[in-house]
Amino acid sequence: MNMIQALNDAHKVVMRADEDVVVFGEDVGYFGGVFRVTEGLQKEFGKTRTFDAPISEGGIVATAVGMAAYGIKPLIEIQFADYIYPGYDQIVSEVAKMRYRTGGEWTMPMVIRTPYGGGIFGGQTHSQSPESLFTHIAGLKVVVPSTPYDAKGLLIAAVEDPDPVIFFEPKRIYNGPFDGHHDRPVTPWSKHPASDVPEGHYTVPLGKAVIVREGADLTVLAYGTMVHVALAAVIEQGLDAEVIDLRTLVPLDIETIEASVQKTGRCLVAMEAPRTSGFASELVTLVQERCFYHLEAPVERVTGWDTPYPHAYEWAYFPGPKRMKTALEKVMAD
Amino acid sequence: MSDKDPALRRNAPKLALHVPEPKFRPGDTPDFSGIVIAAAGEAPRPDTSAPAAETHPLATSLVRVLGDDHRAVGPWDPKLDADTLRKILSDMVTVRTFDDRMYRSQRQGKTSFYMKCTGEEAIATATAAAMSRDDMHFPTYRQQGLLVSRGYPLVDMMNQIYSNKGDRLKGRQLPIMYSDKAHGFFSISGNLGTQFPQAVGWAMGAAIKGDSRIAMGWIGDGATAEGDFHSAMTFAAVYNVPVILAVVNNQWAISSFSGIAGAERATFAQRAVGYGIASLRVDGNDALAVYGAVQWAAERARSNNGPALIEFFTYRAEGHSTSDDPSGYRPGDEAKAWPLGDPIERLKAHLFALGEWDEDRHAALAAEADTAVRAAQKEAEKIGILPQQGKDDIGSMFDDVYAEVPWHIAEQRDAALEESR
Ligand SMILES: Cc1ncc(C[n+]2csc(CCOP(=O)(O)OP(=O)(O)O)c2C)c(N)n1
Repeated sequence: MNMIQALNDAHKVVMRADEDVVVFGEDVGYFGGVFRVTEGLQKEFGKTRTFDAPISEGGIVATAVGMAAYGIKPLIEIQFADYIYPGYDQIVSEVAKMRYRTGGEWTMPMVIRTPYGGGIFGGQTHSQSPESLFTHIAGLKVVVPSTPYDAKGLLIAAVEDPDPVIFFEPKRIYNGPFDGHHDRPVTPWSKHPASDVPEGHYTVPLGKAVIVREGADLTVLAYGTMVHVALAAVIEQGLDAEVIDLRTLVPLDIETIEASVQKTGRCLVAMEAPRTSGFASELVTLVQERCFYHLEAPVERVTGWDTPYPHAYEWAYFPGPKRMKTALEKVMAD
Repeated sequence: MSDKDPALRRNAPKLALHVPEPKFRPGDTPDFSGIVIAAAGEAPRPDTSAPAAETHPLATSLVRVLGDDHRAVGPWDPKLDADTLRKILSDMVTVRTFDDRMYRSQRQGKTSFYMKCTGEEAIATATAAAMSRDDMHFPTYRQQGLLVSRGYPLVDMMNQIYSNKGDRLKGRQLPIMYSDKAHGFFSISGNLGTQFPQAVGWAMGAAIKGDSRIAMGWIGDGATAEGDFHSAMTFAAVYNVPVILAVVNNQWAISSFSGIAGAERATFAQRAVGYGIASLRVDGNDALAVYGAVQWAAERARSNNGPALIEFFTYRAEGHSTSDDPSGYRPGDEAKAWPLGDPIERLKAHLFALGEWDEDRHAALAAEADTAVRAAQKEAEKIGILPQQGKDDIGSMFDDVYAEVPWHIAEQRDAALEESR
């Protein structure tokens, strides 16, 4: 299965198991979503459980709040992460804070799915990685899968989670594990072990990272598309690197990170989003706070630039193999 | 006590959710005979200084000028001279030719993306003809006709589409997201609806400064669901803003029909009623009706009689964009069944009826448009197509984030240049 099929399958599993799960968003109904993640759901579950929403992200999130208050579990799609901003106030001021401000009486068990990231020539409004903005908000969980297997297991876990989850889907790797080499063909997921997606129900727990490659000389922390870029880079550099896919940014699996960095003594953090005040900064700080006396070199970060995402300069913007290489060399120096 | 307990509410009816569905899906035979279409010439034309309420009956009818006999009738006939009519026709033909070539360019891998306005050409081109050259537009992505009508060089449009070195936006924007101040064309945003209240703000600025120029904001039927639509209406009404607010109702928002934006309950023009804004619903495939309505609204705005909402009723004849295949959600021949016809064919037939046009001249016009578009394409492609771009002048990517380049961006620019070596 590719990631789209795995996500589609996750929808079917949760919708079959729990008839309170309701899916809506722009174009998700009859057509099955512009990326086809919700294909076939309306046919199987009917129009009142999978439907097209008006083009109003604020309205989509706000009505999800009301539904959650009623007792329904909204599993909503924001067509592109770039369009989450009209719903931002509802997410930040309402969804995130409801449990806290009502002393736990009202909760917001919902999942907000949204494709994010660049590398598709989408220009500035179809390429952004806004996850850091949500990790900054108390009350939200933030998930970013990097394989079909994880995508399905994490989405099921997110729906079953009692708290609101923002679920970022790396659209660049919907169809295959893109490694940053934009001038080479991407191998499809079917050639990757993580495309072996079990039928039926299983979960990948929120808050648990996975070591995708063991190593002794340095730790690379990555999530989403950058997991594959990082993997390719360390292999190309011939480094004995441990690559960790964080999978969940909030809550973060600090134990796995700590254990790894204490073992390797070196750390590199990679994300697609712009640099300043990004989640990479938080990771660098945590590693510095907890592993300082184990570190043999300053922690490095590889990120996008602090510019809007440019159309023609997409590949000069995207943190690809060259930027990885420079940072890896730096973190491995002496 | 729980009011969810069915035992306590034994006799209460079961609630049900209504989810709108279009009448026809793939495989169905489209039949628009159920749509009530006012006859050309039927809608009354209030004075441009009339109170908004007087226009409100027009929110449910349809301003039409061109009749089935291709003659112009009724109070909305702008009585244009033949040269103006030919100019609008020529602009429409150019837009369609341009769209077809750029669509093909995308298919040939010369650029990443394209959006046509097929079937909607009359709206932007006749609007441009009806407004002053120095009025400001806050367009969305299907108003390329505004630029064409205002004489924006086709090659500049293509340079933007190819993100090449001639691109005035320096390769930063998605194709078709033009911007040109001198041509009164505000930067197109990928985020739907944002431009609508911005148009109101520009016009407020003009009013604050005692300017004589007005603004026009544009939005699609689907995007009227965004909160920004309502901000625009509120501010326009509160401050009696000299602005024209246009909803292009082409009935489809990617795969979602206009019912998902509320069209089952009321027309988009009717939204003006609740705000006390003048409203017109116009046959968007009738260039004369478009012209007449915009001329009316512009005169109203210019004389401080306030804003107007115009719904242009039309049909998106092709896919949403190069990324869309409409055969997945609507009948393939739906555009042909659409009863308001094709705007180019209608204006052409009108000019024929006037004796001001013939097949030879039309063929010459089509050939001329084709030649102009091909020439522009050749010129633009000489400068470059998208796959060749973004490899040199990488440093330029870091300009214009701020007026001056701050240290952290300067550092990143150096790193990017180093990386590209
Ligand atoms: C805020 C926001 N949400 C979603 C999108 C994705 N999107 C782009 S175009 C479109 C449909 C717009 O339909 P409509 O407003 O009717 O305009 P039309 O394409 O028919 O001209 C959608 C949902 C977007 N660009 N911006």
